[in-house]
Amino acid sequence: MLNHAEASEKFITNQERTDWHDDTLWFVRSKRDKASKLLPEWEALREQASQIKEHMLSNLPQYLLEFEAKAQANGIQVHWAKDAHEHNEIVYSIIQKHGDKALVKSKSMLTEECHLNAYLEQKGIDVVDTDLGERIVQFRKEVPSHIVLPAIHLKKEDVGETFHQHLGTPKGNKDPQFLTEAARIHLREKFLGAKVAITGVNFAVAETGEFVVCTNEGNADMGAHLSDVHIACMGIEKIIPKRQDLGVFLRLLARSATGQLITTYSSHFAKPRAGQEMHIVLVDNGRSRQLARDEFRNSLKCIRCAACFNTCPVYRRSGGHSYHQPVAGPIGSILAPNFDKKANVDLPFASTLCGSCSNVCPVKINIHEQLWFWRQDLMKEGLAPAGKVLGMKLMAWMMSNPSVFRLAGGIGRKVMSWFPFLVNNGMNPWFKQREMPAPPKQSFQEWYKSNRS
Amino acid sequence: MRVALFVPCYIDQFYPQVAIASLELLEKLGCEVSVPKNQTCCGQPMANSGFAHITSGCDTNFSANFSGYDYIVGPSGSCVLHLKEHHPDAKIRASVFEICEFLVDVLKVKSLPSYFPHKIGLHQSCHGQRGLRISSMTELNEKPFSKLTYLLDLVKGCEWKYPERQDECCGFGGTFCVTEEAVSVKMGQDRIQEHQANEVEFIVGADTSCLMHMEGILKRSASNVGVKHIVEILNAHA
Ligand code: SF4
Repeated sequence: MLNHAEASEKFITNQERTDWHDDTLWFVRSKRDKASKLLPEWEALREQASQIKEHMLSNLPQYLLEFEAKAQANGIQVHWAKDAHEHNEIVYSIIQKHGDKALVKSKSMLTEECHLNAYLEQKGIDVVDTDLGERIVQFRKEVPSHIVLPAIHLKKEDVGETFHQHLGTPKGNKDPQFLTEAARIHLREKFLGAKVAITGVNFAVAETGEFVVCTNEGNADMGAHLSDVHIACMGIEKIIPKRQDLGVFLRLLARSATGQLITTYSSHFAKPRAGQEMHIVLVDNGRSRQLARDEFRNSLKCIRCAACFNTCPVYRRSGGHSYHQPVAGPIGSILAPNFDKKANVDLPFASTLCGSCSNVCPVKINIHEQLWFWRQDLMKEGLAPAGKVLGMKLMAWMMSNPSVFRLAGGIGRKVMSWFPFLVNNGMNPWFKQREMPAPPKQSFQEWYKSNRS
Repeated sequence: MRVALFVPCYIDQFYPQVAIASLELLEKLGCEVSVPKNQTCCGQPMANSGFAHITSGCDTNFSANFSGYDYIVGPSGSCVLHLKEHHPDAKIRASVFEICEFLVDVLKVKSLPSYFPHKIGLHQSCHGQRGLRISSMTELNEKPFSKLTYLLDLVKGCEWKYPERQDECCGFGGTFCVTEEAVSVKMGQDRIQEHQANEVEFIVGADTSCLMHMEGILKRSASNVGVKHIVEILNAHA
């Protein structure tokens, strides 16, 4: 597997596509800016959302139990999964009970995180992703590159070719309207045939035992309403205390995600309709571990709006797949080390720490600070390459000893080659596409000595 | 008012003109400026690389050089931010200022005798802007302000322009500039392109590290656009 830097370098080789990717997502961020600036109370809303989540995280067990009790009273079957594997087994056991071989699934980043599709396919179940973008990447045997716009790495030509291969649309047809219509016809068949539907959950209300699913395509509703069995999968951090809290979150979510005032469908599911079975799977999968880490607990406030992706200058120029994780972008980079430090050691470094992500985040997660904290954590654990450790130690030693610093500076500004970002002589990556600063005759201290003292 | 001039290590070594301009400017504005001679580095390059746990030597050396002054002032937003957030001594954290914020907030400068008859593009370095809040940020719903443009407006002859994306990062990012070389350079090229579209003569900012990165790219393409630290402009005269 390529690390983030290697994958980005590959992505950028195609300049034109990189610029297109960058501009498209920047456009989404601009729409978010406009929508957020139309609300004078925007910053207060963010603060309130952050506080509600703070309160929820501090009282999570109690709210989860309240939610379970209310949901059960409503006739929903509640399941608990400690990790991805348990989650997948639970979902499979429900499907098995009904003897089905196919199901429809609307967007759920949790099921991506748990690799549910691969698990079910192994068991011979045909999973159909019904979100248009997700269906496209599923056809291509890829994974989503963005949590809101799963196929944003693809252009309409790519989609045309994919549909030509999988849906038999005419070769060369890349008309978005035509292709969408083809997908609609294809998906409608799947909806009508499926007895089991899986959806994600955006918000689960402890007070009422209901859950809310937000989509723009209405595919979650279509799946849930046509099926005999509705399985909703959610991470335990999706709980909110009260129904009225939705008044805060729903206003923030769509504006942050796409600049819309509200998602086209914000559907509340409170109880199964007559004859239907409704299940909720509550999944931990490392969340309680993250909750116990002081520096990182509030990463669990995330409502998956992807505003941090769209604003991130690195994400826009490296693409979601360069993060090699189901959730890419800045938030992915602070969630991923919680799952596997060694495999994701590159991600907290895939950032300039510019801080734009924290500024757009509707629940005010201090994302860039957490990137910094993960860097400390990972390096302290000894996950740095040996050369880097040596370079850092050398630099720290030199900088603690003014006479060494001056001496190194004296000989033709040699100190430059000691800098961590300019170390790696000979093959110095700085020099690949940039010139070095020209060394001046005198350092400032030398100038000061000869001119001022 | 006893002011210590903090000259970040790479400015001392490669951009002495930035330190000289800072010194002259502060003196012009009536400060009694000392330059502690055993200063080296604030420790930021190591800390941002995940090695904050080995910077205690830097911290100690910094304290030894900079204790006992009313203010510590430096021409680098990112170094100052690092000290403000991570230096173990609370007195140091409270007295360290980036030079533009010092001019505006502490000296309350109302006029400058400066003259710089050129068109410049303003680069907002993220750590100064978002970290120290030297100017408002486009992501937030807040009233626009900028300590940098406030100062530039006091300079006779100077015409400044924002690039199209007013506060996007240039891609320097410390060690990021070599560990993520491809993205870093692409980000820098994109910033430069927007400045060039504005037909500016110089790209100007308050953080030399960003300027060093963009200068490297400009020089490689033999561009006639130069870079300057904002203090060089505030200190320029006819
Ligand atoms: S971290 Fe914040 S900005 Fe990023 S996806 Fe989550 S809620 Fe949205």
